[in-house]
Amino acid sequence: MSNRGYPLNAWYAAAWGHEIQHRLTPRTLCETDLVLYRRSDGQIAALQDACWHRLLPLSLGRLDGDSVVCGYHGLAFDPHGRCTHMPSQETINPAACVRSFPVAERHALVWVWMGDPSQADTATIPDFHWNADPALAGRGGTFYSLQCEYRLVIDNLLDLTHETFVHAGSIGHDSITRAPFDVTHDERSVTVQRWMLDGDAPPFWARQLGRDVPVDRWHNIHFEAPSTIIGDVGVAEAGTGAPQGDRSRGVTGYFLAALTPETATSCHYFWNFVRDHHIDDPNWTEYLHYAHVNDGQGVYDQDKAVLQAQQIAVSKYDRPPFYNLNIDAGAMWARRIIDRLIAAEETPPAGEQTSTPSVFARQA
Amino acid sequence: MNPRSLPSVHTPPRWEPATLARCHDLGSDVRLFEVRPDSGATAPYTPGSHLPLQLEFDGHPQTRHYSLLEEAGDAGVYRFAVKRLVHSRGGSEHLWQLAPGDKLTIAGPANHFPLSFANPEYLLIAGGIGITPLYGMALALHRAGKRLRLIYVSRDSAREHFATALSALGAALEVYPDSASAAPAIQRAVAALDPAGEAYICGPAGLRRHVRALWEAEARPPWALRYETFANGGERPEETFEVSVRNLGISFEVPPHRSLLESLIDHDIEALYDCQRGECGLCAVDVVSHEGSIDHRDVYFSARQHAADDKLCTCVSRIAGHGRVVIDTRRQGIRD
Repeated sequence: MSNRGYPLNAWYAAAWGHEIQHRLTPRTLCETDLVLYRRSDGQIAALQDACWHRLLPLSLGRLDGDSVVCGYHGLAFDPHGRCTHMPSQETINPAACVRSFPVAERHALVWVWMGDPSQADTATIPDFHWNADPALAGRGGTFYSLQCEYRLVIDNLLDLTHETFVHAGSIGHDSITRAPFDVTHDERSVTVQRWMLDGDAPPFWARQLGRDVPVDRWHNIHFEAPSTIIGDVGVAEAGTGAPQGDRSRGVTGYFLAALTPETATSCHYFWNFVRDHHIDDPNWTEYLHYAHVNDGQGVYDQDKAVLQAQQIAVSKYDRPPFYNLNIDAGAMWARRIIDRLIAAEETPPAGEQTSTPSVFARQA
Repeated sequence: MNPRSLPSVHTPPRWEPATLARCHDLGSDVRLFEVRPDSGATAPYTPGSHLPLQLEFDGHPQTRHYSLLEEAGDAGVYRFAVKRLVHSRGGSEHLWQLAPGDKLTIAGPANHFPLSFANPEYLLIAGGIGITPLYGMALALHRAGKRLRLIYVSRDSAREHFATALSALGAALEVYPDSASAAPAIQRAVAALDPAGEAYICGPAGLRRHVRALWEAEARPPWALRYETFANGGERPEETFEVSVRNLGISFEVPPHRSLLESLIDHDIEALYDCQRGECGLCAVDVVSHEGSIDHRDVYFSARQHAADDKLCTCVSRIAGHGRVVIDTRRQGIRD
């Protein structure tokens, strides 16, 4: 049993698509160093960032066409990781290769599969279509190497009670801590829903709604294992039917979070916030971007400070890291689903062989 | 003379105790072995992986590698199938004498023959017991919905077992009794393979040479032809031959179950080596003269270099025809 805190058989966001050009980009995912680059046909390659020969990071080398040339002795590797050149010999050692990882670009992000490549099915890439929905607008970003393990961010996003205390003055409000909430789950997902009816809107939402009137406010937070969260949040004029589905008198924002383990105590946090109003107005895009990340002043900057301080404390104290409250139900379901995925990878499923009757199977 | 086991300088294995849990004949000369690590924990592995075993026979500790069959892992055992080869390096004969309950020393699975899943099409060619690594690969590719063809050339007594176990492949599996009947199919398959496809071969040296020639004739990229060498499977049987090390004035015989490299080290002659599979070329020495023919079993030298017969890889290559060879061990490097 390993102490690995994340499953490997998953699509993890590694970069925004626009960040990966025809040049070598190093990135660490799941404690594995990768080098990413865009091939001349537009596809992306993801290779282990260590030369087969002497382990020099390939990202310190250069691209020759679509092959990576090691910056030490010139061994070359194609986008599948096969060695295509060895210096001073007429043949190529057939064992020479570096690991290549399944990679796909979808909904503005680059997703890499860190586990068993035979199970990499692009149909299971998390649905982030909001990132590319023409009816929505926004500009996100990334906290690369955020110094907390990825599940702390999942905890953070699956219970927004913290808005009241971490984000007072923007999205925080006492009504959050008073409102009841529902937590539902299935095999792969958790949903936390909370309605705050007929209250005043906090400044962030009052500004987007454009009028300071009593509102019905909602948090619909949806977690998909192992590490993506889509939040459907917003306000509508109180009593205009938002709880029944009529948001015509309101504004909606979707926050999209993809968390990627980097090490056991750090992660990459890809975030976006897209709105359904003023979608052609770049000023709103910039305003909402800076409301989240703004040189330490944004909402996510505030989360970052809390999360990193929390990770330091978790590493420091010799006690079970968490005692839990009622509000932690969503996070606890998410962690339980993640634990199940990890355990399933460590024990090969007995049903794996049912597709092929085995002549080698143990006879009773 | 001081027989010893050659440690791998490349990836020192972490040896652990294990027990032979079961053996079961798949045919008259092919036996399935199930080995249970005493720790009770089998490590996960990918298709193409092998299990290192440390055996002791003929008075020497010896390391052998056996390709793992895919089903292992589920019952806390590693499974591999071995063909009994009388004229080989002795590993199979030794294994044949083992019975369930016998103690073994193993290391965790390693993979020098990794399968990619990124190519549009795959051609797998297995000769005889060379089916064992390709067996798991074929099933994994099939499950992943990849386009593949497996050409299985064998007269082995275990052929029917493997063919039945691979029946899920349907028409993607072609079985032939010998290389003559398989040759047209192999030629067609190499010609028809997607330009971005990969081929994986495991089998005797003759099969590998045959496919390599077809591959070159089709001007396909050499790195898309994947094969694994196990320091066995030469053109000629293992025979005793005589070696003279000219620069040291030492002569001795290399017995059938011992490589030239091992014999050099047994005689306290310092020798450089690494892979012990005929891949890296570090153990190559100059051939001053020879009687009998050099059975080049390495994949390091090109066909042109093999034809020159002026160097040989001591870890795998031998002299056939009860011959002798005079070598010089002073020099490494390349010379045209």
